[in-house]
Amino acid sequence: MFNTFKYILVGFIFGITMYQSEAVSWFRIFEMFHFQSFHMYGIIGTAVVLGIIIVQGFKRGVLKDFHHHDVTFQDKNKSIPRYLIGGIIFGLGWALGGACPGPMFVLIGAGYPVFILFLFAAMAGTFAYGMIRSKLPH
Amino acid sequence: MYENVQELLRFIGQPWPWYVGGGMIAVVLFILLFLGKEFGISANFRTMCAANGAGDMASFFKFDYQSQAWNLMVALGAVFGGYFAAQALHPEMLSNISPETVETLNSLGLEYEYGKVPLVLKEAYSWEGFFTLRGAIMVLLSGFLVGFGARYAGGCTSGHAISGISNLQWPSLLAVVGFFTGGLIMINFIFPYILKL
Repeated sequence: MFNTFKYILVGFIFGITMYQSEAVSWFRIFEMFHFQSFHMYGIIGTAVVLGIIIVQGFKRGVLKDFHHHDVTFQDKNKSIPRYLIGGIIFGLGWALGGACPGPMFVLIGAGYPVFILFLFAAMAGTFAYGMIRSKLPH
Repeated sequence: MYENVQELLRFIGQPWPWYVGGGMIAVVLFILLFLGKEFGISANFRTMCAANGAGDMASFFKFDYQSQAWNLMVALGAVFGGYFAAQALHPEMLSNISPETVETLNSLGLEYEYGKVPLVLKEAYSWEGFFTLRGAIMVLLSGFLVGFGARYAGGCTSGHAISGISNLQWPSLLAVVGFFTGGLIMINFIFPYILKL
């Protein structure tokens, strides 16, 4: 029970963060892709700079998980096509829809039910990928 | 006591500057690592497909999806967080975008006024907007591309741009280069035509 609750709580904090910082805004993404404001770059940049410090802390054993164990990280598979082609396809959708996977859940809660259809479309996209995966360059 | 709570909600309910937003995302990343999990929202689409029986149709969906239940709970929490913020913190949240961006929108025929821009594009993300050709394309095609591309690339903004780059993974940097390449192509060369539909 508590196990479920703590993950809901993490998501809750994440949802409030995305909403209050306007990261869920279609217009903020539009603005970002037009390089007309620092806002989104500031959000992602701050998260990454702090993230690098946090991950290094775990990797060097300064930080431990809640069992006092080391946290291990899996390296991403090294290849080029999947990241570049997959990334471009994702980017096309991100710019058009103005929402990446996190914000779409937040917006459903924030009172924009159309994002439920966006979520179904995203599931359909993932399903289509799973069906033709073996035929794609990775 | 009640007044203190009101005061706190008002304080949290202000629009957050970028460094608070970015800092809190790092807090989320930290808590998940502390719990032994990696931050990545789009993996949930695969889990949802698998939970709906897609494992019978493609081996990609044959995995122990119940081990991913924690991540679905994060997504569910994000829905609650959005609900709470929109109800209790800042019901009329605006997009405080730059005057230049408003001009760009106006030049594309999207009528918005500086200082009064809502959170989502009403031309697509309202029911009136959705039941137009361009609105439906904006919702369904973009959702499909996001779901397809995220899994093809092995992650989305949270998995690659935040988790992956924080771990100094060059494949994640490559994925983010892809995100921006695709985004710039869409916003500059395709989006203006979709708007004319």
